[in-house]
Amino acid sequence: MIIPRVPVQHRRLLPDRRLSGPTPWVVAILMMLTLLAAAAGVGLARSANAIGDAIAGRVTVQIVTANPVTRAEQAAALRRAAAAQPFVRSARSVEREELQAMLGQWFGSEGSGDGGDDPVLKSLPLPALVDVDFVGEDRGGHMEALRALVAREAPGARIIPHAEWLGPVARLIRSLAWIAGGMVLLMTAASAAVVIMTARAALGTHFATIEMLHLIGATDRQITRLFQRRIAIDTAYGIALGSTVAAAILLLIGWQWSGVTAGLAATASLGAAGWALLLALPLLAIALAAFTARQTLLAALKKIL
Amino acid sequence: MTDAAPVRPGGAMVEFDGVGLRYGPDAEILSDISFNLQPGSFYFLTGASGAGKTSLLKMLYLAQRPSRGIVRLFGEDLVAMPRHRLPGFRRRIGVVFQDFRLIPHLSARDNIALPLRIAGVSEEDLSGPVGEMLSWIGLGDRADAHPATLSGGEQQRVAIARAVIARPQLLVADEPTGNVDPEMAMRLLGLFEALNRLGTTVVVATHDIHLISRIENAQMMRLEKGRLSDPTGALRYPPANRT
Repeated sequence: MIIPRVPVQHRRLLPDRRLSGPTPWVVAILMMLTLLAAAAGVGLARSANAIGDAIAGRVTVQIVTANPVTRAEQAAALRRAAAAQPFVRSARSVEREELQAMLGQWFGSEGSGDGGDDPVLKSLPLPALVDVDFVGEDRGGHMEALRALVAREAPGARIIPHAEWLGPVARLIRSLAWIAGGMVLLMTAASAAVVIMTARAALGTHFATIEMLHLIGATDRQITRLFQRRIAIDTAYGIALGSTVAAAILLLIGWQWSGVTAGLAATASLGAAGWALLLALPLLAIALAAFTARQTLLAALKKIL
Repeated sequence: MTDAAPVRPGGAMVEFDGVGLRYGPDAEILSDISFNLQPGSFYFLTGASGAGKTSLLKMLYLAQRPSRGIVRLFGEDLVAMPRHRLPGFRRRIGVVFQDFRLIPHLSARDNIALPLRIAGVSEEDLSGPVGEMLSWIGLGDRADAHPATLSGGEQQRVAIARAVIARPQLLVADEPTGNVDPEMAMRLLGLFEALNRLGTTVVVATHDIHLISRIENAQMMRLEKGRLSDPTGALRYPPANRT
């Protein structure tokens, strides 16, 4: 049981000074930081996974032949040939309008789909792009086969693996997720240390009472349950407070995040498992506090006859 | 529940054999202590300040293990006994401390009820005995008072009530009447005597020679510089023989 059941009359053996010490407040701060770090870690890990899934096995073939008609023919031929290959899941030509719309965001003419009436945008010599998604894990073999295909259908075209330019970003995000995970562990260790110090301080403060209880026949278990209950309740208050503040911050961030629909930021979310983890963390923290307090108290009491 | 076995008929309640006690690397403060305490007997332990009375009592109420020698309590060797078995034995011992050791944030009633609560007695069953005890020590109207608001004598009475409320088999008292007036001292001694008649073995450490003369058939042990000069049974001080 996380918070041991102790008869009301026995609870009075410790003076009622709930929330009077620094422990609940320190635990609240640590819990809040732990939850924020955990949320950041989960969000970043999911983002890294989403990016990884998106870029793994995807390449874009860029055809830059000067003649627009030849360029279009090569792109169409390459798309058809690639789509017929067993190692290709899908091959798609990126339409000129799509490219113009993408570039339009930079030229200030987005929203009109085809670049609107922007003469500069319309006159740009855009390359023909073919996105190819591979099947399976044999990326090296697939790349060789694709190179041969490109050399045949669109000589001079460049093959751009997405992992080449987005991979470092994904790795960076994954590293940040690991750092966030490390921070969660460190703050959990710090919380446990706070509980140990609290338990030892409580033993020091109430040593006379403990000695008296021992001498009239109280067992270590009886004494431990008293202190364990008090420390668990105090830390539970801190954990509840810290969790509430963290939840408010996360909801605020989530509300602001909901407006982000594009780019890397759109890939960051907590998901059901992430929220479940965040909900479980406070309960785990209370259990850890109770367990730590119990072990600290039992170890200390064993030193007394 | 206690895991301590009852004293076997005819056996000593407490046996000390060649017991020595030292704190740290210092010289022994108790040396070669040997005596037996018989069930249902009354003992006074005397000696000058610093003679080792409190240290001897500490071993009796299991707050201290000896540095050497054999200590048997209720027929069991306490020197080698694992500490998890000690609470069962402690519940059979009542202790009156020289400095009272009342729990400051508990009322007089709760301090007295403590041994019963630790022993698992229900609130229903303990309210009667605790109330009677409070009345007997003259603090029935101060049951809810905390130690800080009680006089030294009142605190001592509460401490004695706490020691005897669970009807211990062995009662150990360290200067129990040092802070009470002569009338209350006699009443408290009367309580010890009454408990002794009910079968409790009583050991009282005191300087008060008048107190000693009040109990018939009491035996006296005297500590001098850490050694027991008159082991139990070797020297008796019944009132009739006292000058």
